[in-house]
Amino acid sequence: MKILLRAGESRWLAPAAVLGAVVLTLLLTAGPIRLAGANPVAAYQRYTINPLTTPGGIGDVLLAATPLLFTGLAVAVAFRVGYFNIGAEGQFLAGAIAATIPGLYLPGLPAVLALPLAAASGALGGLIWGFLPAFLKRRAHIDEVVTTLLLNPVALLLVQGLLNGPWRNSETGFPDSDRYGAGYTLPTLAEGSRVHWGFVIGLALVVVVFVVMSFTPLGLRLRAAGQSPGAARFSGIRVTTLQFRSALVSGALAGLGGAVQVLGVQHQLTASISNGYGYTGVVVATLGALTAGGVLLVSLLLGDIAVGAQNASIALQLPTQMGAIVSSTLLLAVVALLAARRYRVVLRRPFVRRRSTAERKDA
Amino acid sequence: MGPLAELRGITKTFGAVVANDSIDLRVLPGEVLALLGENGAGKSTLTRILYGLSQADSGSILVDGTEIRMHGPADAMAAGIGMVTQEFSLVDTMTVTENLMLAGSGLGRVNRSAAKTKVLEAAARIGVAIEPDAVVGTLSVGERQRVEIVKALFHDCRLLILDEPTAVLVPQDVAVLFESIRRLTADGMGVIFISHKLHEVVEIADRVSILRRGRIVADVPAEGLVPAQIAAMMVGSADRVTEPEAGSAADTVEAEALATAVGLEVPGAGVEQPVAQVSRSGVLDIDRITLAGTGKPLLDEVSLTVHAGEIVGVAGVSGNGQTELVSVLCGMTPASSGAVRVDGADITRLDVTKRLRAGLGRLTEDRRGSVVLNLSVEQNLVLEDLDRFRTGPFTSRRRIKEHVAGLMERFDIRAKPGDPIRSLSGGNMQKVLLARAIAREPKALVASQPTRGLDVGACEYVYSQLRALRERGAGVLVISEDLDELLGLCDRIVVMVSGRIVGEVLAAGTSREELGLLMTGMTAGAGAHS
Repeated sequence: MKILLRAGESRWLAPAAVLGAVVLTLLLTAGPIRLAGANPVAAYQRYTINPLTTPGGIGDVLLAATPLLFTGLAVAVAFRVGYFNIGAEGQFLAGAIAATIPGLYLPGLPAVLALPLAAASGALGGLIWGFLPAFLKRRAHIDEVVTTLLLNPVALLLVQGLLNGPWRNSETGFPDSDRYGAGYTLPTLAEGSRVHWGFVIGLALVVVVFVVMSFTPLGLRLRAAGQSPGAARFSGIRVTTLQFRSALVSGALAGLGGAVQVLGVQHQLTASISNGYGYTGVVVATLGALTAGGVLLVSLLLGDIAVGAQNASIALQLPTQMGAIVSSTLLLAVVALLAARRYRVVLRRPFVRRRSTAERKDA
Repeated sequence: MGPLAELRGITKTFGAVVANDSIDLRVLPGEVLALLGENGAGKSTLTRILYGLSQADSGSILVDGTEIRMHGPADAMAAGIGMVTQEFSLVDTMTVTENLMLAGSGLGRVNRSAAKTKVLEAAARIGVAIEPDAVVGTLSVGERQRVEIVKALFHDCRLLILDEPTAVLVPQDVAVLFESIRRLTADGMGVIFISHKLHEVVEIADRVSILRRGRIVADVPAEGLVPAQIAAMMVGSADRVTEPEAGSAADTVEAEALATAVGLEVPGAGVEQPVAQVSRSGVLDIDRITLAGTGKPLLDEVSLTVHAGEIVGVAGVSGNGQTELVSVLCGMTPASSGAVRVDGADITRLDVTKRLRAGLGRLTEDRRGSVVLNLSVEQNLVLEDLDRFRTGPFTSRRRIKEHVAGLMERFDIRAKPGDPIRSLSGGNMQKVLLARAIAREPKALVASQPTRGLDVGACEYVYSQLRALRERGAGVLVISEDLDELLGLCDRIVVMVSGRIVGEVLAAGTSREELGLLMTGMTAGAGAHS
């Protein structure tokens, strides 16, 4: 048996790889679910189908998908142009901090001013958090993977520092900020549902990113710069400038996500505001093939599994971490099979010994 | 005397493409077999199979009448087969001896002095002087190639495959190489010699095998063959692609291009150039361009003017500043000092987009590095002037489609606009790049190694396009290592050595020998006096 690089690739191969990954995930996770004492088939049904059967469940799925839309888009926009921003987590937190500032210090603003101000502030916060690595990359060619990644815990420490210091809750004394002014609440989409207008904003951004990437010269330049920087440079595309700007846009998107999360869900800053959304954004973007549509689909899928996991933990006594195990296995399987599709396996005839060896044996 | 090595019914397919179609080939001891064919005819596939780098789908390989199954070059070496490719596999920072020890030794103690003796013996065997303690990085291309040959000899090689060994050599080094080949064959060694230069084939080969579309179409003794006959066999007669050009001129253009492509002297080709059309205005003016390097400058006050309606060639052994010159002209590397003007406008400090707007066209040697491989043919064709196809903030798909359809027809690009460009053959890719550069009607075109790796038909096409551009009044600067190409195509040729222009000759009044002498760094005068 031998493994060779494929010369060409047929159209159905990538979808087939994803499908194969789903099957592989089901096979691999059946064991752990069984061990946890549940029927795998019932568990999969809880994970994927049950949340979508009630309006409330759908609302929860959309709510869970909302922060992932922002961080997923943020990562996709940067990765597309070859800027590997692993710092969406930190930028998300910076956005939440920045949105908290007007929420705490200008509590009296009416919603029509307060929400745009807090959202813009959040986007700016994320942009500022993303600026330093982008600047270092452009000026000094310092690897952005390292710098963006290392700034994530810094952002978390900043949140914790603020919450334990100046922003400590004035009523309870817990390390959570005070609640924002009344104007700083993103309205919910429907009465009785928790899903808020942040999802619509995310959806609109998906459309904007899709249109820019697919229908504008800028989109083609971004793709060229990401796929083949040398050739793009040769064609007169300013690769480093594009990367720098995309890095800032990426930071702003993640920051906006953080703002939307505090304005739509928490209405205060808490230390656990991110819940790893920035890191999951890398997963979302990668699984979504760095396309806007892919980010949307994967966000919804992961939201679905997350809601389903809570459901399953109650109904089947499965630990909630099992949901993370399923989605992580899915990620690994998809990434592995997408890489493997570039190769083909060749079965060859068994080794035929040289005649001289055979002769020697006879003698 | 039985054959040294024999291939029987070798077949190899890549998907739907049959690269080798039941090929039979034999090499006798002491014989030089020239393996010829256009690009894509299957030569490299065949040699890769013979050297164990890839496996045939069917067929067998016999060495000394014994069937050998090869799973890698190690099996080939064990069977006495060696190969020297165009890309050398030497470690630049090690000495010659160390490099050869790498090739030979397994685990255990290294015996430096024994290895050194072995190097000297092998060098003596091929009749050249090699300094065993020289660091490879300091050697010339010709010397490195000799080291590669010595390396192959280390494994008691009896059949040596030389893949385009002369592509990178100056004529003087070619002579040394041929002398080595003759010594080796006199010892009873077999040599498979691959080249695109037919006069070399006629000079060195005992037998000529010609591949076309994966099949052996001729296997004849070299005795008495002339290059024109070989060229005719290579391209065949039935499947010739003719260029749709007006009138009978097409035939002469084609014949001339074909001849230059395969390295024939075309009587009168040089003087036929429309020298009368050359006006005195410089469309590309390179003014004392210097590019600093570590130590000595990579480009040292290079000055050169290309006039409208003129093709100027830059000759030189590779690595003498040509790549850097192209890079500076194309806007990829900023010059340390000096100026470049296109049609009078100073472009020295301009970025790529502004250079293109000023009337510069570019065709570089790194074809795959000039296109975005994952994008489609269509996207690559418009990548450099996306702003021309914009309606408001959006790209106009309709205008791009029309533009691309026009270019693909005019330049005979055989692909669909949506095909990924990585799926194109070298010739087709070069047509895309030509189309992209020429569609803008540049006033000055910089073309580096415009036909490297292309088959005869594609070469011919490139030449006709460059000539047509000249007829329309543009200036063309051709940088090439192929002297025949320069002699056949250019009006004037300058020679670069160590980042400097050391000589200038009229193509009509010079010869390969004169150029070769200039390329070694000797001026014509100094050569005559010494």
